[in-house]
Amino acid sequence: MIGEGSLEAIVAAHAGREGPLLPILHDVQAAYGHISDEAIRAIAAALNLSRAEVSGVVSFYHDFRRNPDPRPAIRLCRAEACQSRGSEPLAAHAERIAGNRVRVEKVYCLGLCSAGPSAMIGDDVYARLDETALSELIGAL
Amino acid sequence: MTTVRISDDALAIACGAERVARRFAELGCEVIRTSSWGMHWLEPLVEIDGIGFGPVTPADAEAILAGKADALSIGRIADHPFIASQTRLTFARAGITRPLSLEDYAETGGWAGLEAARALTPEAIVEQMKASGLRGRGGAGFPAGIKWDTVRLAKGERKYIVCNADEGDSGTFADRMLMEGDPFCLIEGMAIAGLATGAGKGFVYIRSEYPHAVARMRAAVRLSAPLIAPFEIEIRVGAGAYVCGEETSLLNSLEGKRGEVRAKPPLPAHEGLFGCPTVINNVLTLAAVPYVFAHGAQAYADYGMGRSRGTMPVQLAGNIRHGGLYETAFGITLGELVEKIGGGTASGRPVKAVQVGGPLGAYFPPSLFDTPFDYEAFTAVDGLIGHGGVTVFDDTADMAAQARFAFEFCAAESCGKCTPCRIGAVRGFETIDKIVAGDRAPSNLALVADLCETMKYGALCALGGFTPYPVMSAITHFPGDFVEKVDG
Repeated sequence: MIGEGSLEAIVAAHAGREGPLLPILHDVQAAYGHISDEAIRAIAAALNLSRAEVSGVVSFYHDFRRNPDPRPAIRLCRAEACQSRGSEPLAAHAERIAGNRVRVEKVYCLGLCSAGPSAMIGDDVYARLDETALSELIGAL
Repeated sequence: MTTVRISDDALAIACGAERVARRFAELGCEVIRTSSWGMHWLEPLVEIDGIGFGPVTPADAEAILAGKADALSIGRIADHPFIASQTRLTFARAGITRPLSLEDYAETGGWAGLEAARALTPEAIVEQMKASGLRGRGGAGFPAGIKWDTVRLAKGERKYIVCNADEGDSGTFADRMLMEGDPFCLIEGMAIAGLATGAGKGFVYIRSEYPHAVARMRAAVRLSAPLIAPFEIEIRVGAGAYVCGEETSLLNSLEGKRGEVRAKPPLPAHEGLFGCPTVINNVLTLAAVPYVFAHGAQAYADYGMGRSRGTMPVQLAGNIRHGGLYETAFGITLGELVEKIGGGTASGRPVKAVQVGGPLGAYFPPSLFDTPFDYEAFTAVDGLIGHGGVTVFDDTADMAAQARFAFEFCAAESCGKCTPCRIGAVRGFETIDKIVAGDRAPSNLALVADLCETMKYGALCALGGFTPYPVMSAITHFPGDFVEKVDG
């Protein structure tokens, strides 16, 4: 459940900005792990938008999620430069060892294209991954 | 006490630079964190008295300090052929300065461009930009001076400078390196754009996949605010939509909307952010500006070939031995970049294809390696320079799979506004699947070609409009990967 006060605080922190919706959504997701119906209703009311407008924005961007998923996540780069260094078989390996315990997500480019395959956990980045290194990362999550 | 210089660029960190830095600190060294030289195959690269060692692990630290690590030494970094053969205008400080040190920035010529521009009228600033020949480094190659002049002359109570730092092309990392390694350079370029056009505010819209760059830019904006006042800059973070690298999508996203493409006209220079006249340039374009004003438009224009003036920070990526950032004047050939500078593939196998310009760029076979790096020369062989990314594939690559991926990526990232992109991309990979499965290959290949024509001329923006480049170049140059499967 979203605490009324803290959601208000997030909205208030961005109220003076031009085009505040994305910064608000980033902060709500960071605080709650997802953007709930309740949050959408409150944000829409605060910004004088319709709920459809806000949920339309939430659904457009890959970074935002509507439902909670408490599992730890690893984001594997699946773009061309990492593909050329074997990211596809590595992704299959990641899925196998992650099982249902860890969320393996796709990301298209982390800007580490000369040292792929690469991955990101939270804001931490990892390059030159092979099966051993990736297994260690996923195992430690 | 020994002074050890180690980069804190995200790639260096991803390769283990933090642990290496900690180890040297434990051994009593003074550790200075700098930007990256861009020699990525050597990261983590350690520099002591100008001599480089790399790639270094924590276990190597003691041997390096004891002078017993000759195998890791590359000699003087500044004399290394990869560095010495470059023309570094935009990346002149790479590897040399501490990214957030205002002192280092000023000592290496920082703010000289802004100072020079402050002595000029807006009109004179724009004239300098035109004379420099600087073209937008985001792909379309539109002359920056003309764009700035349009905004300068446009009527509007407010005007904006928007830096597009959401160009998420695979195989490119120059934006990330510049923002992490030399953030004041971008800030200075934006401030000059503000002077030229009368804009009081700038936004830097950075992709969320670059959290290190976001943090660095935020810190740099705080530190430099008094130096660029009254111009102010705000950092915004994207939300994982590739299409927001398209300028009009980015503007919608900044306004808090779905990142859907806008039809042009009106041009952003007339009606951009919040309906106001807006300069929108990418990171490399704006970061090239301080040099133009510090050294003169002619000094910049003296580099390059034809109508491609100045330098391009080329990004050597993918399966390449010496991957990294290589800034050079336009005109170097693709083959020189891949074979001579890049050293061929990292796997040691023959090069099969090189994709230039990110996911929307064409795949080139080695037979086109004599193509000079130049906007017009690449257009002539049905390719594009784009953001300057060069992604190498060895002979294990399956070009039908790469062509399929291009469509799949376009489908995943389409904003959905126009039908050629939204539907065409899905039909595209379905049809490639049929070809690969041997289902009426000749007629389905013709169908893909027809679909690509429709996307190229019918899509609203470069995502749908340029997806045909990787697809058709794969079919044209590597037909065996599509039809041999049928014959066999």
